[in-house]
Amino acid sequence: MTALLKDLTRHPSGRIGLITFAVFLIAAVLGKTGFTPYDPLIQDRIARLQGPSAAHWFGTDLFGRDVFSRLMDGIGQSFIISFFSVGIASLLGAVLGLTAAWFAGLWDGAVMRFMDVLLAFPAILLALLIITIFGPGTWTSVLAIAIVYTPIFTRVVRGPALSLRRRDFVDAARTFGSSRRYIMTRHLALNLVAPLTVQITLALAWALVTEAGLSFLGLGTQPPNASLGLMLSDARNLMEMAPWLLWMPAVALMLAVLSFNLLGDALRDILDPKTRRRLA
Amino acid sequence: MSYPIKRLLVFPLVMLGVSVFVFISIRLVPGDAITAMLGTESGLLTPTQRDALRAYFGLDQNWFIQFWRWFAGVLQGDFGISTTYGKPVMTIIWQHFPLTLELAILSMLIALSIGIPAGIYAATHKDRPSDLIVRIVAMFGQSTPSFVVGLLLIYLLSVGFGVLPEMGTFVPITEDPLANLAQMILPAITLGTAFAAAVIRMSRSTMLDILQEDYVRTARSKGMSRRRVIWRHALPNALIPVITLSGVEFGYLLGGAVLVEQIFALPGLGRTVLDAILQRDYALVQGSVLFIAFNFMVVNLLVDLAYAALDPRIRFETK
Repeated sequence: MTALLKDLTRHPSGRIGLITFAVFLIAAVLGKTGFTPYDPLIQDRIARLQGPSAAHWFGTDLFGRDVFSRLMDGIGQSFIISFFSVGIASLLGAVLGLTAAWFAGLWDGAVMRFMDVLLAFPAILLALLIITIFGPGTWTSVLAIAIVYTPIFTRVVRGPALSLRRRDFVDAARTFGSSRRYIMTRHLALNLVAPLTVQITLALAWALVTEAGLSFLGLGTQPPNASLGLMLSDARNLMEMAPWLLWMPAVALMLAVLSFNLLGDALRDILDPKTRRRLA
Repeated sequence: MSYPIKRLLVFPLVMLGVSVFVFISIRLVPGDAITAMLGTESGLLTPTQRDALRAYFGLDQNWFIQFWRWFAGVLQGDFGISTTYGKPVMTIIWQHFPLTLELAILSMLIALSIGIPAGIYAATHKDRPSDLIVRIVAMFGQSTPSFVVGLLLIYLLSVGFGVLPEMGTFVPITEDPLANLAQMILPAITLGTAFAAAVIRMSRSTMLDILQEDYVRTARSKGMSRRRVIWRHALPNALIPVITLSGVEFGYLLGGAVLVEQIFALPGLGRTVLDAILQRDYALVQGSVLFIAFNFMVVNLLVDLAYAALDPRIRFETK
């Protein structure tokens, strides 16, 4: 883990990605624990639609709420939804992919065909369908995004797991009498950490975008709570009068997604033995 | 069994799966279709009228019979009647699909005409400042969600040039191509941005890999000019993964860009499905989602076949 961090700081885009991510993570944690300059929900009718100033760094919105504080809270909200949904999707995908590769036959066919069905939907449509069933909200968004990205993780795990399964060290482990669960968790899962790590980083970027999109449509985080998508949606009709309402969440969302994309690229370079040699 | 044939055999199975999945999910949405259709006026219905409407839309039967009726209809090209529009589902889909198709084609044209030259340029100028600039631009392009690109474009246009994008009634391309293009160009650029960024990254990285191949070095050592090697030998091979990527992206775009259609007020397939889900228009959701999934799978199948045809090295594993 520390070795990986060291490698990341040496990789040019890894370093930038790591720093950006760290800044956002701090903002998210502070935002969600209430350490914001102002209460993100408190309205100040006198200070409505003020531009950026010393008192309100990123200005105020239509209700006089501090945009900087709302941004911190919104980033926290986006991160919570992204981390939980990608966490669930990767765990579920890993279990499904591993067992599909290991048991093969009917189970493999059933799992992979179901994943084909889920993959035949455009991501946002599938998420919309799930959200309309359970009603909008934070945890529905988590569930919807998790379901949308599970098939990708299942495929990412199943492919390499299939070839690993036929490798000599797995046969060797079996001749020693290692149990199935031991082989799956020790030998197979550990070897899948590299492709999974890259995929998780990239999926976090997509999850941020999907969450923002759902909130933008009014189906994700519900007002008065802050979320990047919701702030962008509020900015739509005010962008000429108060452009900071558009720019602040837009740039924040872009940089957050960028940080994950940069980290994903760097991790792919570092963890792939082919490019690793080239880097060294 | 060869890979394409296997794919073709799985195809109907997955379509059946999609049908069942959509059918069940839309019925799990809380609320009643008749109430959703008539809004507050549904309170004025007598129980008999309500029952008559339910019978008309086939909602009085149990799920199994409803599914069977619907599916038997689908097999004959009849997708049922939309409760919100009061018209056959297929008619509504064909009203909205041309826009989505046009938008997808325009975005792809923009993405390829910017992405491929930029990617090749960056690869042939590796590690020079121009390569770095292209890579940074592509990274930002890929990291900006398309609906954010759309919002920023609208803002820049309205503040910078004092013009607002044409968002009045939509004009089909068959009626007035120029007016249509004026409406479509911004959404197409919006969707084309991230697409172009992906094309740049893909063509750059494959081009870099190919330029290190032995056959490229052989051609160069035979005295072939660098430019000719790039155009004759490297480019055609570098385009194969770009075609795959574009095919998959195109397939996604055919599903309708819900958010971008929403921002630019375009009556495309994406918004139709969004409205249908919110209105609990069972037949329309089922029909259009099935239509989208079908397109998506056909495009992917074609991409796979094209991939095999373009790259003779690829022999699909027959396992």
